Amino acid sequence: MSKSRATRGSNLDSDRALSLLTMMERIRAFEEQACLAAERDKLVLGAIHPSIGQEAVAAGIMQAVNPDDFLLSTHRGHGHTLAKGAEPLAMMRELLGRAGGCCGGKGGSMHIADFNVGMLGANGVVSANITIAAGAAHSMKLQRDSRVVVCIFGDGAINRGPFLEGLNWAKVFDLPILFVCEDNQYSATTRTSAMTAGDGAAARARALGLVDHTVDGNQVEEVADIATQCINRIRSGGGPEFLHAITYRRTGHTSFDPAAYRPADEAVQHEQRADPINRQRELLTLAGKDKSELDRIHTQAQQEMTDVLQQAAQSPFPDPALALKDVQDIGSPEQELR
Amino acid sequence: MALMNYSQASREAIRDAMHADENVWCVGEDLGRGGVFGQYKGLREEFGEQRISDAPISEAAIMGVALGSAMAGSRPVVEMRFSDFALCATDELVNQIAKARYMFGGQCRVPLVSRHPIGIWRSSAAQHSQSLESWYTHIPGLVVACPATPQDNYSMLKAAIACDDPVVYLEHKNIWAMEGEVDRELEYQFGQASTRCRGDDITVVSWSDAANRAESAARRLAEDGISVEVIDLRSLWPWDRTAVIESVRRTGRLLVTHESVQAGGFGAEVVATVAEHAADALQSPVRRLGAPRALISYAPNLEDTVRVTTEMIENSVRDMIAGQTTRANKT
Repeated sequence: MSKSRATRGSNLDSDRALSLLTMMERIRAFEEQACLAAERDKLVLGAIHPSIGQEAVAAGIMQAVNPDDFLLSTHRGHGHTLAKGAEPLAMMRELLGRAGGCCGGKGGSMHIADFNVGMLGANGVVSANITIAAGAAHSMKLQRDSRVVVCIFGDGAINRGPFLEGLNWAKVFDLPILFVCEDNQYSATTRTSAMTAGDGAAARARALGLVDHTVDGNQVEEVADIATQCINRIRSGGGPEFLHAITYRRTGHTSFDPAAYRPADEAVQHEQRADPINRQRELLTLAGKDKSELDRIHTQAQQEMTDVLQQAAQSPFPDPALALKDVQDIGSPEQELR
Repeated sequence: MALMNYSQASREAIRDAMHADENVWCVGEDLGRGGVFGQYKGLREEFGEQRISDAPISEAAIMGVALGSAMAGSRPVVEMRFSDFALCATDELVNQIAKARYMFGGQCRVPLVSRHPIGIWRSSAAQHSQSLESWYTHIPGLVVACPATPQDNYSMLKAAIACDDPVVYLEHKNIWAMEGEVDRELEYQFGQASTRCRGDDITVVSWSDAANRAESAARRLAEDGISVEVIDLRSLWPWDRTAVIESVRRTGRLLVTHESVQAGGFGAEVVATVAEHAADALQSPVRRLGAPRALISYAPNLEDTVRVTTEMIENSVRDMIAGQTTRANKT
């Protein structure tokens, strides 16, 4: 693990630290509102997969990339997408299946994409984004383009074939890509360690010749530091790297999952011990920031996302004619019905 | 016009497309040495190792990488070596490539061609011989092409590379060496069938190499005064309903023949469409002639038992003209 600014205490870059806290607060608030929309308001009809407790990974990694760099994410990708720069209102509309959603209401939570901010898609199939991300990086190499690709996947993804195929490919072709295993310790509703042979994610990446790093994924300063170093090396032609960020999923697999399969106090203990937002607040307090300033960041994020949900709920459903649009140009269903 | 074979025609289509657009690149196993059937011969020397790219034996990665590259501005041509191996990349093709544009609300196009060599060829047995075209016609988002001549392999591959939809491009292994005149200026539009021969007594609809067999059968039948119209669909999605319905309305009889398994084959779609739109024109029951729902063997005599031959097509037509209603293939 790298020596971070956080552990050096007085060297804390307070502007960056505040910006990281703000992003984590916004992600948390967005997902809390999304869960309310699902459970209280019954406005989210499909499944959503919250990343509450994992915000440091999204905020820390995304502060290291440029707006035009690429991101490929997972079914648990609200945080990554927001941190990449997507508009929360367009995202919330997408979760509610409304017009003006990132994908016009056609994708929902699991297929959010915002190509305007380089976000090339969440994915409903675990591990599938790994080879696609390698392809985006391959295209950068073909086009001699300096943009880099970040591919975030969960710990469950390392047990599917595309993990091996995609990492091997990235190394063989020396592609500009950072693979991030966001390890929340659960593969859907089963502990990943019970289903994984060998020494895990980083060891597998190392076996394929990738430079690998392991980081406390609940400590946003450390994530941000190491991601910045990785991205700088990758952008200057250093080839693919692998970051294993160990965190914890506070909720169940979906917002509807009570997570009865794990010890009752596991999530509570994690919250008390390692909540990334609390940790960042403590760090900023130690660096001399007023509690009132930190509280204001929290309140503003809460207010922003409450407003976002309210506005999204008032948005109309998509025009029914769009159901047949954007399937394909040649042999499209619109032509079929003529 | 130039004389070339089916394989050379595809190579020329790629060469012309790569000269026209620097974003076109090819990726697949063994492409550097010209591809497993020589379809890429000479292209590495001309375009370099980045644009004619070798790949590990990682079909899922080849397909997934191609998708990612297409979303980031490239125009990939994917080589799957044998169509059977494309099944290792089914998630990438069916769940990802076919759906990316729609799921993401039209934010991207996937201009990608996936070449899958199909068909029975030289005792290749059950895992190197399949024709699975009907599977892909069932997947919204995909265009499905089945060229059967050198001219079509040139024009259709060029059209496939130029279009912004993902195209599953199914080439028959048995006809790599088939020669014919190719006109580079001839443009293809998907959904256009070709009428191989005009006739008045019966319409035979086919595609891929089976269309060549149907044409041979039609020539033999013509010697006996039976006038057969052979329609080669060329693309199965979209497909030329107008040509088929117009022809059946004229001839009053329909035989659909294909190399793939008859049950659940695309022939069923053709027959059902004719039943919906031109049943009143039929003078005799329609007939399908495809393979039995059996596996393809190694031993040549066993391999022959699932092959749809020129003779079988000829006999089916004679039966139908004579008013026989026995089924060609009890499946």
